[in-house]
Amino acid sequence: MTDFSPSSTPPASVQTSLLTLSDRTKKRNANERRFKAYGIAAISVGLLMLLVLVVTIFGRGTGAFQQTFVTLDVALLESKLDKTGARNIEDIKRVSTFGYAPLVKGAMSAAIEEHGVSTSLKSKQLAGLLSKSAVAQLRAYVLANPQQIGETVEFRFLAQSRVDGYLKGRVSRDSIENDKNISVAQLDVVDALVAAGVIEKSFNLDFILGGDASDQRPEAAGMGVSMLGSFFMMLVVLALALPIGVAASIYLEEFAPKNWITDIIEVNIANLAAVPSIVYGILGLAVFINYMHLPMSAPLVGGLVLTLMTLPTIIISTRAALKAVPPSIRDAALGVGASKMQSVFHHVLPLAAPGILTGTIIGLAQALGETAPLLLIGMVGFIASNAPETLGEGLLSPNSAMPAQIYEWAKRADPAFYERAWGGIIILLLFLVTMNTVAVVLRRRFERRW
Amino acid sequence: MNTMNMLDKNLDTTTTKITARDVNVYYGDSHAIKDVNVEIDANTVTAFIGPSGCGKSTFLRCINRMNDTIDVCRVRGDILLDGEDIYDKRVDPVQLRAKVGMVFQKPNPFPKSIYDNVSYGPRIHGLSRNKAEMDEIVEKSLRRAAIWEEVKDRLDAPGTGLSGGQQQRLCIARAIATEPEVLLMDEPCSALDPIATAQVEELIDELRANYSVVIVTHSMQQAARVSQKTAFFHLGNLVEFGPTGQIFTNPEDPRTESYITGRIG
Repeated sequence: MTDFSPSSTPPASVQTSLLTLSDRTKKRNANERRFKAYGIAAISVGLLMLLVLVVTIFGRGTGAFQQTFVTLDVALLESKLDKTGARNIEDIKRVSTFGYAPLVKGAMSAAIEEHGVSTSLKSKQLAGLLSKSAVAQLRAYVLANPQQIGETVEFRFLAQSRVDGYLKGRVSRDSIENDKNISVAQLDVVDALVAAGVIEKSFNLDFILGGDASDQRPEAAGMGVSMLGSFFMMLVVLALALPIGVAASIYLEEFAPKNWITDIIEVNIANLAAVPSIVYGILGLAVFINYMHLPMSAPLVGGLVLTLMTLPTIIISTRAALKAVPPSIRDAALGVGASKMQSVFHHVLPLAAPGILTGTIIGLAQALGETAPLLLIGMVGFIASNAPETLGEGLLSPNSAMPAQIYEWAKRADPAFYERAWGGIIILLLFLVTMNTVAVVLRRRFERRW
Repeated sequence: MNTMNMLDKNLDTTTTKITARDVNVYYGDSHAIKDVNVEIDANTVTAFIGPSGCGKSTFLRCINRMNDTIDVCRVRGDILLDGEDIYDKRVDPVQLRAKVGMVFQKPNPFPKSIYDNVSYGPRIHGLSRNKAEMDEIVEKSLRRAAIWEEVKDRLDAPGTGLSGGQQQRLCIARAIATEPEVLLMDEPCSALDPIATAQVEELIDELRANYSVVIVTHSMQQAARVSQKTAFFHLGNLVEFGPTGQIFTNPEDPRTESYITGRIG
């Protein structure tokens, strides 16, 4: 009946049954089915990619949370560490890490002997199975506990990264042919010590809590210090971007006159949200470091740069949250004689708060994962720092950030760092997923319908 | 003091509360209200009727300067409240709105408790010294708005959980809690069912004893039922203003007659 024919003759009245589909209906239904199939295909591709991503990240990254340790009984010989026997801490400090090397070699040879491993390797090569950080670990212990000199103490040393890789399957006897860091004979010893329980893999808390380590010691590198760097940057971002962003949004949304100046500001804020983050990095370099002479590589500067980057996001989401509060609430407040500011702070802002919080968390998550601006202000690179002890030190002393640390590891040659980069990505993703979940939960819980 | 004032007002029902002289309102380039002159009496319900878009709500919102919140809106002419020009530069609209309360078309309670809804106005204007006084104000306002019996046991319940008619009466209670002298109502019954409408109309009639009420309505029957004076607006002009009985039975202007007989609008 809806089919119009151009001729003026009325359509022949054919008795049609509802039980048979007309050609048009069939075609329409086929179109609809095809469209649904496209949609399902698109979603499937997306999910597949996500699955590949997650599987890859976890497959490659979980290794970083395991580390190979060598458990040794080390005799802290008085003759090597404190020749005077006076336990004078200044004298003990004079013994450098080189002075501890014989102790480690001795402990290694003793373990080989104890477990009846036959090898032609010299004690130096045997000690080479340990991380280069072993002597430093030993020295730090002795300086902290000088009264233990003369005793035999059990230590858990990190194994060097090739040994770790061997236990994790990354290093094989074939792959080390041209590797001067390790030999097949050493791997034979490793096999024997693994069987004896001296070398074992276990959970590596230092990867989560520790700091970065130099190119020679991938086994000692951890995310902890860069995590603190990220934390201090987020403090700066939260302390600056939230109040400035919310105040700017309230002014623009509720108080500012609507004229061409505010129009320009509005367009600019929308555009700033799309400015590549590296531009903010250059800006930060020019303004905060070159002009204001704030320290390089400091989380304070990183936080300032990320604040600039996050502000548009926070302003846009806050304005959206304020806009979503129905005007009738403002009218109601004004109608009983509230001032503009009272109507905003007593009624509009509390109703917009969940939306503002959600926007802020998403802005923070975005800032947390940002790497590019940090490249320009020197927060990428090997920053051998210990965990900062005070807030001021945390803000001003050189540090890295989680994504920058991951980037740094991914750049290094040793495949052991590659594994750590994947492990770092897992930690970073856990933070981001947590933050976004909090944002979603907040939005769900406080969502209000009028 | 209040009761004395009210007695005075009751004795002289022809006191003029609000005078509008040559009021023109513009929204940007459009001329929404054209040369309106009207005198609104105290203790009287004045109804504004007219087709949609005729400017009756706009004019109502001029009386408590709610139009100030619209950037493009300009008001010319004088509106006097008790002889004082409310558009004088020295007048703070916030103070004016405490004297001229408003009830809106759509019930708009704050998403807070019933008690907080009513107590908000008195609190920001400092009308009570302590909790007991505030309780009294809240109870009195809710009683006057004829909703006390329904909500007295759940003052802590959210105002948004009430039915539409109850919400509108809560809004009326909120508006009268600040002891205004004039109550503006912008189609207060348009979102209500007939029973709730009847309750609100009854309430409006009672409120007349204490306030000047100005009500905008689309329903001519409602205007006839509740008001003593009626103003008919058409295309931004005040076509006719007079006692309600006269407007509905013997209008002077042919446009008024066309409207109330249903030929225009």
